[in-house]
Amino acid sequence: MSRIGVFICHCGENISRTVDVERVALEVGKLPGVSFSTDYKYMCSDPGQNLLKKAIQDQKLTHVVVAACSPRMHEVTFRKATEAAGLNPFLCEMANIREHCSWVHENREEATIKAIDIVGMMVERVKKNRVLPTITVPVTKRSLVIGGGIAGIQAALDIADCGHEVILVEREPSLGGHMAQLSETFPTLDCSQCIMTPKMVDVANHPKIKLYTYSEIELVEGYIGNFQVTIKKRARSVDEDKCTGCGVCMTKCPQKKIPNKFDQNIGMRTAIYVPFPQAVPNTPVIDRENCTWYKTGKCGVCQKVCGPGAVDFEQEDQLIVEAVGAIVVATGFDLYTIDEKPKGSPIKGYGEFGHGKIPDVIDGMTFERLASASGPTGGKILRPSDGKEPKQIVFIQCIGSRAREKGISYCSKVCCMYTAKHTMLYHHKVHDGQAYVFFMDARTPGKSYDEFWRRSIEEEEAVYIRGMVSRLYQKGDKIVVMGSDIAVGVQVEIEADMVVLATAIQPQKGADALAQKLGISYDKYNFYSEAHAKLRPVECATAGIYLAGACQGPKDIPETVSQASAAAAKVMTLFSKDKLEREPIVARVKESACVGCFACKKVCAYGAVEVKEIRDRQGNLIKTVAYVNPGVCSGCGTCQATCPSKCVELDGYTDEQIVAMIEAL
Amino acid sequence: MHPEKQTHAFEPKIIAFVCTWCTYAGADLAGTSRMQYPSNVRVLKFPCTGRIDPVFILKAFQQGADGVLVSGCHPGDCHYIAGNFHARRRFAVFRKLLEFIGVDLNRLQFSWVSAAEGGKWVEVVTDLTERVRAMGPMTEFKELAMEEQWSGAINTPELQEAYNSI
Repeated sequence: MSRIGVFICHCGENISRTVDVERVALEVGKLPGVSFSTDYKYMCSDPGQNLLKKAIQDQKLTHVVVAACSPRMHEVTFRKATEAAGLNPFLCEMANIREHCSWVHENREEATIKAIDIVGMMVERVKKNRVLPTITVPVTKRSLVIGGGIAGIQAALDIADCGHEVILVEREPSLGGHMAQLSETFPTLDCSQCIMTPKMVDVANHPKIKLYTYSEIELVEGYIGNFQVTIKKRARSVDEDKCTGCGVCMTKCPQKKIPNKFDQNIGMRTAIYVPFPQAVPNTPVIDRENCTWYKTGKCGVCQKVCGPGAVDFEQEDQLIVEAVGAIVVATGFDLYTIDEKPKGSPIKGYGEFGHGKIPDVIDGMTFERLASASGPTGGKILRPSDGKEPKQIVFIQCIGSRAREKGISYCSKVCCMYTAKHTMLYHHKVHDGQAYVFFMDARTPGKSYDEFWRRSIEEEEAVYIRGMVSRLYQKGDKIVVMGSDIAVGVQVEIEADMVVLATAIQPQKGADALAQKLGISYDKYNFYSEAHAKLRPVECATAGIYLAGACQGPKDIPETVSQASAAAAKVMTLFSKDKLEREPIVARVKESACVGCFACKKVCAYGAVEVKEIRDRQGNLIKTVAYVNPGVCSGCGTCQATCPSKCVELDGYTDEQIVAMIEAL
Repeated sequence: MHPEKQTHAFEPKIIAFVCTWCTYAGADLAGTSRMQYPSNVRVLKFPCTGRIDPVFILKAFQQGADGVLVSGCHPGDCHYIAGNFHARRRFAVFRKLLEFIGVDLNRLQFSWVSAAEGGKWVEVVTDLTERVRAMGPMTEFKELAMEEQWSGAINTPELQEAYNSI
């Protein structure tokens, strides 16, 4: 039999002015199960809380209802007081008779009747409350960072500098990502390599960072604080411990005409290679598809010339399992490729711009490589077709971006700024050249951004034409660009030597597959979704997984770095305690009743529902049921309302409690 | 000084199922802003509209509610990412079922009230109360219960035997 204590607060006069609190206390005191009921001027004050604690002990109360303000205001206060008196805090409930009653009704009779109802409802509810122990989850204080671009590097360095171990996984043979490809960066025009490579070296030398390059995530299991990650370390064919990075193998390799992806395929590399000279780690990789040894079984020149004997043709892919407590996803972006339409993709190509057909129509990243001092042309702007310097160059913005009819409706955010930068770089290198830019809008929100854009027009003499290009075709060695200038209302025709397209930013290929492994959600473009667009912009809905950089949406470098540091701060918050404590409002499955339809699994936005196998003593499978991981569950209860056999229960909001409340009315 | 109670021939009983993050907070805001609305409504708090089982709505009508209000976060603003979308889909189907069994859908109101919309909460509650007041008491469920009781349909010996044999 329950012994419920009810405490009615006057809230000074805020409640007692319209609600007859003494009558409420009297009426509620008559309810079955209520053994103590009183009213007090300020329940939340120290004497008020002491009254509550004393009553719990003296009257041997089993449950408590405090009728006062909104639980959003003082639920924590009264639950703490209840706990201090030796009762489980979840046996205390609040009845809201201020915000929902005394403040919104003027008539004393009506308000009093309503208050009696509200308190009565909570009395019936609290009878069904169960003791809920606080959930504690152990935390492994190591973190995984996926992606070795500037976002991943920044996050890894920040976490490691706090003394926590970091495992950094990068798909490519070297750290650096797209930022390492850039020539100079807006709005200060500092050289990307100069600011990037020291950070790459810091990562490699950091005692707390374990670096896996040329590796991918194979499998992710577990939950916040307790992830088990399987990493596939692809065979480099070069022993990392033995290799000194002297590079003799690369100079002797007979296969020298392989397009280098890092140089946007305009520069060439050998079959044993590092993507760029400042690569970290500086250990080469053998590209098995193009290596003569793997194709014909002959050659082996690299092995013969390697002094330390690091080349190992027999090396195999390795699977490595690491235990981590938090994951930062920083997989970055890819450029929209317009010459091919990916299979099954709703995004249509841009055949009319001739990218992939006309050699001198290039994308922005290719231009970066041409302008880069360490690029294939040594920093000279030269046409890929004949190596001549272009004297007229046309930049076209919003290729792919903001084109709903083509499948991408978002703005890629950085193109306005990098095109302005390109016109400057071009003008610095080709003094007698002329740059034209076709644009829809110039979007330059950012510190010193608009000034930078204006400089490209006012000082660097770029001609901006508002309007889109309708057609583009080759005429002799020129490219004729036809477009409209909507500001003046005329058709424009420019005979250009080179055309640069500011193509849209998209998530990395395979971003969706990785999201499925991690159990995080992504939008229709495969950008990863944050838990809340405004207030939780770096956390995934899946607890313990955080986002950094362009994998979440198009971002420039300062924003990416800020988000990476924010993600690192979130990881450190998680690591600041040995055990993760959380409210025990989580769903539980009655396994005996579960039929294993997994309707709950489908509606769970947090990936908290797992498949559990029930076996007999011989190990034979009896049935599979749903299991809600209390470390992951957020307590929304959607699974409970969805469950057709009503075998999921949300603690604190059980069907029994709700029905008791309805029946009390 | 307390204003006189307005007398109506019929005072409807309204039960509101709301989510804690948006509508409950919106109702709190109506309170802190001292807005006034009819006292007929009784609020039940849920973590999310996704938690609200259609059975609760039936239960409320069975228990003598004359009107039911379900309210949560605006689409896209759900604290739990998508709970309100699941709720919306569930209730879209459930409404048809209610209509089929003969419940006047004017007694059931779904709305989105955010934590900033104290005024909207007052409006929604007032509208529903006035509407249901004009419609009169909800008798369908009560009549059904009476019928079962008086016809004794459930307690015939034949049925009892059949039940026992199961």
